[in-house]
Amino acid sequence: MMSEFLNMGGYAAYVWPSYGLAAVVLWLNWYLPRRQHEQLLLRLKRQHRDTGEQKHDPRS
Amino acid sequence: MFLWFHKLGSPPHFYRIAGRWIPWLLAIFAVLLLSGLYGGLFVAPPDYQQGESYRIIFIHVPSAWMSLFIYVVMAFCGVVVLVWRMKLAEVVLISSAPIGASFTFLALATGSLWGKPMWGTWWVWDARLTSELILLFLYLGVIGLHNAIDDKRIASRAVAILAIVGVVNIPIIHYSVEWWHSLHQGPTVTKFDKPSIHLSMLIPLLLMALAFKVYYVLTLFQSSRAELLKRERNSKWVEELSRGQ
Amino acid sequence: MTPARKKRLALIGLMLIGIAVGLTFALRALDENIMFFFTPTEVVDGKAPQNRLFRMGGLVVAGSVSRPGDGLTAQFDISDNDKQVTVKYTGILPDLFREGQGIIANGKLGEDGIFVAQEVLAKHDENYMPPEVAEAMKKTHETATGAN
Repeated sequence: MMSEFLNMGGYAAYVWPSYGLAAVVLWLNWYLPRRQHEQLLLRLKRQHRDTGEQKHDPRS
Repeated sequence: MFLWFHKLGSPPHFYRIAGRWIPWLLAIFAVLLLSGLYGGLFVAPPDYQQGESYRIIFIHVPSAWMSLFIYVVMAFCGVVVLVWRMKLAEVVLISSAPIGASFTFLALATGSLWGKPMWGTWWVWDARLTSELILLFLYLGVIGLHNAIDDKRIASRAVAILAIVGVVNIPIIHYSVEWWHSLHQGPTVTKFDKPSIHLSMLIPLLLMALAFKVYYVLTLFQSSRAELLKRERNSKWVEELSRGQ
Repeated sequence: MTPARKKRLALIGLMLIGIAVGLTFALRALDENIMFFFTPTEVVDGKAPQNRLFRMGGLVVAGSVSRPGDGLTAQFDISDNDKQVTVKYTGILPDLFREGQGIIANGKLGEDGIFVAQEVLAKHDENYMPPEVAEAMKKTHETATGAN
């Protein structure tokens, strides 16, 4: 039953790469901007801390 | 309405609203994606001619639709950028480009994986495939041009012109299969007649299309926030944002 | 809208119209090159290129597929419901190749009027349905045409 499903009527070599490729591409499009955003926020925080005159950061 | 539009157009306001919407959009996307995949992979029967191989349709067709849709959004933003000089439109335009390029790539790649077993070839230079490939180059051109110009406000205007010029390719892609003999078949769903696809296959197809649309808004919000922060890093609201919390 | 904005909007409009008109003429001039294939009628009428590779597309005529000789070479007729051309092809046919199916063959037209293909591609239609539905539709179609 399961192997029959995975076999895709003999077209597994075409169907599953399509789905896999879509998963990878969609995940990258979501993850990369998110990471960029987080790093940017972190950098800005550090920058503003270094210039002084700001409230105490609990994590420092 | 105009006031609402104007308010949403202000970068700090958009930044906040988009951040609040992301978790909800993520949840809606997950529900649509899972039901679409379930309907497409488990419920939908095999095709009378193509057997199981046609299941690539649930990735291929929504990707192709999104590749056209996102380009139209970009061209529309381009008009807003050139005429109204709106900052948010600049950000939406450039943030859309990588997502659009990804969907175009997916449409081409899955089409290739579908074409090999069914047509007997990975690629042919017919009107539909060629015009879709040109679309990929247009997206890459937008990304490259934006990266090449350091002043992002000038870069945005250059990119806006390219996005608007390229929009003439969109009707060519859509009608290519009707205007010229091509290997690619005619439209299935987007024709005036009744869609020529069985309901049990149409429902998951539309679910996947909807899921991809929500995904676009979701990732657009995500990358627009990053782009906004980058562009406005010297502004007051970003300073307040990074000091707060 | 301010006059400056109106002017910019008009400029964009003009630019788009200009590009669209230019492109229309360019595509019309290139029409023959964009056409992916010729129909059998065009081939019979001598509109297809001579002594050079070209593609021909049409439906495989039911009952015309045969394998004369070694069994590796397939011979069949392609029709556009008007005229038909015989095709010879040696090689592996795509999964969708069957009688009544639309196909595109790339090759040369021989002196004897037989099209010698180097490549055969299957063109599928835009219909998707379960096998049972296709079967049922075929039956109703047969009874409908049988009654006429």
